[in-house]
Amino acid sequence: MRNKKNMKKRIAVGILLCLMTGILSGCHGSKGSKAFEMPESFDTSRQYEITFWAKNDTNKTQTDIYRKAIDDFQALYPNITVNLRLYTDYSKIFNDVITNISTGTTPNVCITYPDHIATYLTGANTVVPLDRLFADAKYGLGGSELRFDGPTQAEIIPKFLEECDFDGAHYAIPYMRSTEACYVNTDLVEALGYEMPEHLTWDFVWEVSEAAMAKNPDGTYVANGQEVMIPFIYKSSDNMMITMLRQLDAGYSTPEGAIEIFNDTTTEQLLTIASHAQTGAFSTFKISGYPGNFLNAGQCIFAVDSTAGATWMGSAAPHADISEDKFVEFHMAVTEVPQFDPEHPKMISQGPSVCIFNKKDPQEVLASWLFAQFLLTDGVQIAYSETEGYVPVTSKAQLTPEYQDYLSRSGEDTEDHYEAKIQAAQLLLDNVENSFVTPVFNGSASLRSAASQLVEDVTKSVRRKQTIDRTYIEGKLYDDVTALYRLDQLGSSYSGQKEDLGPLPTESKVLIGMLLGVWILLAFFFVKEHMKKSAK
Amino acid sequence: MKKLISMVLTGAMVLALAGCGQSGSGADVNAKSEGVMTYAEYAAAPLDSEVTVETYVQGKQSWWDGKGTFYTQDGEGGYFLYEMPCSEEDYNKLTQGTKIKVKGYKSEWSGEVEIIDSTFEIEEGNYVAPAKDVTALLGKDELINSQNMFVSFKGMTVESIGDGAAYLYKWDGSGEDGDDLYFNVSKDGQTYQFTVESYLTGAGTAVYEAVKALNVGDTVDMEGFLYWYEGVNPHITSITVK
Repeated sequence: MRNKKNMKKRIAVGILLCLMTGILSGCHGSKGSKAFEMPESFDTSRQYEITFWAKNDTNKTQTDIYRKAIDDFQALYPNITVNLRLYTDYSKIFNDVITNISTGTTPNVCITYPDHIATYLTGANTVVPLDRLFADAKYGLGGSELRFDGPTQAEIIPKFLEECDFDGAHYAIPYMRSTEACYVNTDLVEALGYEMPEHLTWDFVWEVSEAAMAKNPDGTYVANGQEVMIPFIYKSSDNMMITMLRQLDAGYSTPEGAIEIFNDTTTEQLLTIASHAQTGAFSTFKISGYPGNFLNAGQCIFAVDSTAGATWMGSAAPHADISEDKFVEFHMAVTEVPQFDPEHPKMISQGPSVCIFNKKDPQEVLASWLFAQFLLTDGVQIAYSETEGYVPVTSKAQLTPEYQDYLSRSGEDTEDHYEAKIQAAQLLLDNVENSFVTPVFNGSASLRSAASQLVEDVTKSVRRKQTIDRTYIEGKLYDDVTALYRLDQLGSSYSGQKEDLGPLPTESKVLIGMLLGVWILLAFFFVKEHMKKSAK
Repeated sequence: MKKLISMVLTGAMVLALAGCGQSGSGADVNAKSEGVMTYAEYAAAPLDSEVTVETYVQGKQSWWDGKGTFYTQDGEGGYFLYEMPCSEEDYNKLTQGTKIKVKGYKSEWSGEVEIIDSTFEIEEGNYVAPAKDVTALLGKDELINSQNMFVSFKGMTVESIGDGAAYLYKWDGSGEDGDDLYFNVSKDGQTYQFTVESYLTGAGTAVYEAVKALNVGDTVDMEGFLYWYEGVNPHITSITVK
């Protein structure tokens, strides 16, 4: 069982933390640590103890891989001790980092999301910009003094590395990448008289989903003969809205952080979503539960979830939340998420990245960088990516015979080579250029939560027989969501870009003038006293 | 004749007591104010409909962000109140037995029926539910009728949850001290997974530490709330090794 109910709770944690963004913005430009300066060389005569906050998918194999990576690294660098702290969700890491920024006790190395780093950057010199470290001849990517065979910068998949580039610098390195996939019960699609298209479209998904709502006289659904059927379930409602808008070239936000999500296209899509939620043809994870649980029980046809959740999908899924007697046998296709323009598919790129926090001791930061780089070595990359439908972030790892062999053995067994898992990874490998990320700025995490709230709200409301129309969406929902996530209070992006607040108010000018006057008087009397003493 | 009369009277008293389920203040815990549903009406209400219930707090998960999650029940059934908005001050007032009137929406998440998006008001009254022994109902369809109630399980055997371990941190052992504990217990050849929910009874509580001290093969009696997640998944609040 995954995070169960706590998963819902922790999602809510993220929402609260997004709101903290605004609070942190108040510290914008406050005096922080001294900027990191690259040492000439790594002082191996000293001992270093660094902390690594890592995220796993409640997956013991993943935690074992982290521990092995630490052991292997410490064997190479006996003077560096890495202390691991495990998390199972990003929002909790975010929460703890924010708390620790104020006390100066951030971790050294941290798995995180770029949206979150944008918030960390509100504290000056909190996160280390990595470009100079990348390029360092001795300790940089592919550097001459490294005790391991790490990737060069060119060997990191450029698209993935770009995602870590914001505010004019790279503030992270990608660790793993995934996208979303639609896991389809093709038996049910065919039973309803449809043929699976080569590329899934939104129209097709909505049409089949509505067809699946037909019932027998006894109240069971014709499609599956059961009392439960939710044909289309989307795990991440924020991704759903974001992907729809990107596919339609509609506004979401500018790179600078101007909010554009409240537009006609959003309204149209929300009305469509509401119409299908009303019939029961659509729901979300937050409202009904994990898509995979319904899919595996034959109660869902189109389940959209991360490729990093592939091991929970399908009749032979190695991981399961539901009991064996609830499983049904079915054929499953792993496809890209529904598209508006199948000729030009677009899908979100997601997955963990790694950032390094600044410390007073540059040698400690360098030790952190060495460990962060070690996470990009082939052994770590391949092992971790094979735990789920993840993709290694380096071409160096992707092209190894070991990884190629892994991909070629898809379906050989239902554990290491579970077919859906490798198909999911292949989906991203084939679509790297079709993947996208949303702009990163201080407040982008709040905007993401707002996107989710829009979908969840209309879905929940229409199920409660409330009227969802243009008036409700544009006259109430947008205002409510703006207020809830304080979208009207978001400052302009990063630490280096200060908002023009206009001229000082008169009261402030008077106060500053008075302070200045007091200082002048103090200086005058001090000099006068000093002259008196000198005369004596 | 006297014997017969006394038996009749005694029987009548027992039935009367069992029927109403007395609260600490002597009031009928199943009596409802005007406009409030009985448990039967609540159970029959469709999902996503608005419901109003009167119920008594039996347990609560930790307060967070202006919300609390509560295990509540009256004399007839349980009501799980998920993330009910409340101030920390009110949360502290909602101690075991406190009567509240709750208005919200009936919802279901992975099999767990709950009330969400709710508001509440504290009322006069107090009731601490006795644990209902549902051991004999394990594996039977009727068990779901006791969902969310405070229940007990008697004489169950601790089974290995993997590699001979009596418990795991998180479902697969990927967690650490302080995370939810999972353990398997069996009765009549059937094994069930039980949980120590860390937001309800976290590290340092008696039940959390007691589960960490379990050994495979131990026979245990347990009490807790009959939570549901894709099937029965009790949140245990006490455990006794026999």
